[in-house]
Amino acid sequence: MAERPEDLNLPNAVITRIIKEALPDGVNVSKEARRAISQAASVFVLYATSCANNFAMKAKRKTLNAGDVLAAMEEMEFHRFLEPLREALEGYKKDQKGKKEVTEQKRKEKEKKIDSESNKYREEEEAEEEEEEQQRMEEEPEEEEEEEEEVEN
Amino acid sequence: MSHNTPDKDNQTSEAKKTISLPISRVRLIMKSSPDVSSINQDALFLTTKATELFVQHLALTSFNKSSGRETNTLDYSDLAKTAETTETFHFLTDILPKKILARDYLKTLEQMQDEEADF
Repeated sequence: MAERPEDLNLPNAVITRIIKEALPDGVNVSKEARRAISQAASVFVLYATSCANNFAMKAKRKTLNAGDVLAAMEEMEFHRFLEPLREALEGYKKDQKGKKEVTEQKRKEKEKKIDSESNKYREEEEAEEEEEEQQRMEEEPEEEEEEEEEVEN
Repeated sequence: MSHNTPDKDNQTSEAKKTISLPISRVRLIMKSSPDVSSINQDALFLTTKATELFVQHLALTSFNKSSGRETNTLDYSDLAKTAETTETFHFLTDILPKKILARDYLKTLEQMQDEEADF
């Protein structure tokens, strides 16, 4: 759960970039319009979530899945999003699979290298391992933050 | 070692192409809805992507409808108009209310009071 209202905003810089990319070159988007679109996007997320959740509940599932989100888009009459969404999801799944394979490969390479190569190499790889650790930890810090905020309140 | 680096760069740029909004923030918004218990990774990705499509669609629809095409601007009033006139954007009317001048509001208020007095 979000503790501060601004937690429910999407980052302005990203929203601005998406707007600029959608419109023809050189269109001036007022600050007020940007803020309004950003707020509209947050409401869209909530509306879509609520619709998707209804589909999940009907099917007696507790976890929202891709089908629920697509069904929600249809119900909200954003049919035009369905095709690009399906394509993006396919790409995303491939990407995830690819990443797994790459990390698997790296692990194997590392094992080989550690066997044969010098300390200089090992240091660099340790740095890489730390990076992966951080990626894995990404899920965690959010909950810690929430606890801190609760204490503050 | 050096041949690994370009590989890595390609991957991150590809990931950026598919999605630019932060998934973690979208999840936070989704979870703020009280009856949502859990969301799987694919649903989260799709919602994030859909939000990007929504932002593009809202901006472009509003721009194409607006008089701003000549002046090359997109303003709040264009968005409020889209929310009011386009079926799929009706759910936005609460957060994109049409702005009216206080002067005009007072005038309609007066008119309403006059009408009431007539009865």
